[in-house]
Amino acid sequence: MATAEAAIAGNDNIGLTAKDFATDQDVRWCPGCGDYSILKQVQTVMAETGLSQEDIVFISGIGCAARFPYYMDTYGIHSIHGRAPGFASGLKSVRPDLSVWIVSGDGDCLSIGGNHLIHALRRNFNVNLLLFNNEIYGLTKGQYSPTSPKGTITGSTPYGSIDTPFNPLSLSLGAGGSFIARSMDRDPQHLRATILKANSHKGTSLLEIYQNCNVFNDGAFFAYTDKATKPQSTLFLESNHPLIFGENGNKGIKLDGFKPVIVNLDEGASKDDLWVHDETDKIKASILTEFFELYKDENTLPRPFGVLYCEDRPQYEELMADQINETIAKHGKGDLDKMLSGSSTWNIE
Amino acid sequence: MRTQLKEATILFAGDSGDGIQLTGGQFTNTAAQSGNDISTFPNFPAEIRAPQGTLAGVSGFQLKFGSVNIYTPGDECDVLVTMNAAALKANLSTLKKGGIIIANEGGFDAKNLRLAKYPEGVNPLNNQTLDDYEVHTIDVTKMTREALKSSNLGQKEIDRSKNMFVLGFVYWIYNRSLDKTIDYLSAKFAKKPELLEANINVLKAGYNFGETAEAFTARYEIGPAPLPKGIYRSISGNQAIGLGLLAATQKAGLQLFYGSYPITPASTILHELAKYKNFGVKTFQAEDEIAAICSAIGASFGGALGVTGSSGPGIALKGEALGLAVILEIPLVVCNIQRGGPSTGLPTKTEQADLFQALYGRNGEAPMPVISTRSPSDCFETTLEACRIAIEHMTPVLLLSDGYIANGSEPWKFPKSADLPTIKPSMATPRSNGSDEVFLPYKRDEKLSRKWALPGMKGLQHRIGGIEKEHETGNVSYDPDNHEFMTRLRAEKIEKINEHTPQQKLDNGPDSGDLLIIGWGSTYGSIKTVVRDLIAEGYSVAHAHIRYLNPLPKNLGTIIQSYKHVLVPEMNNGQLIKVLRDKYLVDAVGLNKIKGMPFTANEIKNKAVGLI
Repeated sequence: MATAEAAIAGNDNIGLTAKDFATDQDVRWCPGCGDYSILKQVQTVMAETGLSQEDIVFISGIGCAARFPYYMDTYGIHSIHGRAPGFASGLKSVRPDLSVWIVSGDGDCLSIGGNHLIHALRRNFNVNLLLFNNEIYGLTKGQYSPTSPKGTITGSTPYGSIDTPFNPLSLSLGAGGSFIARSMDRDPQHLRATILKANSHKGTSLLEIYQNCNVFNDGAFFAYTDKATKPQSTLFLESNHPLIFGENGNKGIKLDGFKPVIVNLDEGASKDDLWVHDETDKIKASILTEFFELYKDENTLPRPFGVLYCEDRPQYEELMADQINETIAKHGKGDLDKMLSGSSTWNIE
Repeated sequence: MRTQLKEATILFAGDSGDGIQLTGGQFTNTAAQSGNDISTFPNFPAEIRAPQGTLAGVSGFQLKFGSVNIYTPGDECDVLVTMNAAALKANLSTLKKGGIIIANEGGFDAKNLRLAKYPEGVNPLNNQTLDDYEVHTIDVTKMTREALKSSNLGQKEIDRSKNMFVLGFVYWIYNRSLDKTIDYLSAKFAKKPELLEANINVLKAGYNFGETAEAFTARYEIGPAPLPKGIYRSISGNQAIGLGLLAATQKAGLQLFYGSYPITPASTILHELAKYKNFGVKTFQAEDEIAAICSAIGASFGGALGVTGSSGPGIALKGEALGLAVILEIPLVVCNIQRGGPSTGLPTKTEQADLFQALYGRNGEAPMPVISTRSPSDCFETTLEACRIAIEHMTPVLLLSDGYIANGSEPWKFPKSADLPTIKPSMATPRSNGSDEVFLPYKRDEKLSRKWALPGMKGLQHRIGGIEKEHETGNVSYDPDNHEFMTRLRAEKIEKINEHTPQQKLDNGPDSGDLLIIGWGSTYGSIKTVVRDLIAEGYSVAHAHIRYLNPLPKNLGTIIQSYKHVLVPEMNNGQLIKVLRDKYLVDAVGLNKIKGMPFTANEIKNKAVGLI
């Protein structure tokens, strides 16, 4: 394809900074919104990736998060509600050379776009999906979302929501996701590191980002971001490291059969008995995704952050190209005139 | 005795598992290859295997072939081949008086008669109800078993080849060679020599039965038709759309991406394109109709031609994304292979009731070019046009076909690729290093279309989306004046496309006169037949068939004013007629058929004669 080849004339991201990825458009999220932090970390990471602005595409659906592409000086589509993975699939099919990012909120991604999410995950295009989860509908002014805890009181649920919420990471793993990770807006360093990992993964990277909506759902994740509770409530995963958390790392998690158990390292438990994180272990990842209780006290299993699961498997666009190349190798390049005439013709004189 | 005929119509009918479509298809190829003009109408139930032997399960394949030009599959049949009692009951009304019935005796046993809802003890083959017809009863099942008695095949497999007996017999009646079908079978069963041998044996047995059975004395000769000189092939509508898409993208130097979700009668476009891997065509069976169109738009954003195809219910699901494509002003081709509606409607039957949906079926002011194809072979050129408009005018285009065209086939004098027009995408120019020239994604050329700026093009980064755009910059704008300006600009852009499409031509008839019949889509053959006959009978009648439904050709108003009466036959409750009345204030008369079946020429003829 001459035109696309001409388009990627060379990679010359020389000394780009986060600022080079900002546009001249006013950012219009509410003051104090968690999206500001995410935007900043993404712009910073983009400069670190070595990618040129023109080789990156941000695609979003509808919602507060979906305004994201307007603020990135890259190519971008602000599409329709829930459908960003559809656009990304088509784009990546024809342009495997591009770095494609999907930005979606919990309503966009898990409610109206739920079908597209699961199919994107199983197909495994090499794209990155940033799921901004604030457990509320922001743009439509505060209705409960598919991730809101049961009993959430909103305009549409004045007596409390009765739906069981989705566990996005469990859902994503179940759908065949090859990269499952979680981070949060209020831990910029962790967020940047995790976005970089998502970018390096070949396949669909699902990164759930806990994002505070300070207008309609302020404090939804305070248990994981507040200094007082964060050590008890969060578990930062590192590959090949034991599962340790708590004040000064005084707690660990070991497996009793398939059952995760919190142990106290100050009270005699040994680090050697702890569960060592292996992000390629799908069974263990499925247990990790089930660390999903609402934080109550120190006996609650902590919420895991970082890469829960990562698997190398073929990407859809690669398989698509392979099939084409194999067919060409076997039958030769297509000849339009042969196609037009078909296999059986007759002559009228 | 051999009788010379100009044309003949045969209807093969049987159970949906009887291989009727294959039988009809084989006869079509053989007739076409011996130079006949031909038109076909496959008609089958929605259920893949409807209850055997019932009226609901009847599958039919009607074809008309001749030594004269053929434009429709025929109003009435000369020959009805019926594999069972239900097929006879369902189709007897289409057989002309004195016509030939070839009935499979095995399909008229007590069980089949009961399933076809004949009263207890009544067998139409044995009473006087068929006295007006020439009935030939053959025990096809028995003959087939007889022909294969030395084969090792099981009874089920043996019985499945009985359609070959019938085909062989009909070949004998019309004096046709078995070669083409033997070639076909040889390719199909290349790896199953037993089945190949069995099918050929039964085919020959059917032919030889014609030679030896004394009951059947008449044979017919239908010579070649006076088709224009050239090399022909047989083509169905959806096949031609697939080839059209392939040719258009080759001529435009673009990748072809087809995102689609299976739906009758559009799925065969996906099947066709999925075969074109060695052209680099990328097909994507999406998780639903919405993802299908969104993937196509995404592909277009990346510089391929994104195409999606569906039928009415699927197009309804794509509505929001169509609106997005309108405001993105991005090339996209959307094929709607119409079927009976509303909702699921009549999935395997034909209708042209989605014109309003195509013209108006989106929220907000979202004008889109709409073009329609009139016959299987016409699908090729119409598809090329749809692609040309989409690419050169940076717009989504709706291409309307229907089930009748999709499944029907006809001879096609196919073009050479070198003779096809080149399509010129309007690509933006990447910036050179150091350039600080601002890129305006919505800056327009004289056609009012914008440039196609692809990811990867340096310095042209831009964001597009569904929120109203500011003129030229494409930035989000809620300014009231800008919204009105942009709405009018998008409408004007579409309206101007008719400066780049052909004027409306008359298909037949005088430039002015008593009656103009205006059609669109698959009514072409019926109207053409009627107008040809009426002119021969001395009437002052003309025929205009509209391909470009939006924008309409510039000269259409002038044409309409040149006739005393205007008749608009449509397989819907009156859609084009409302557009014409709205636009040209013409007192046109409608003729509307909503039976899931094409018009017969006679239906249109009677209405036309009544108006004059």
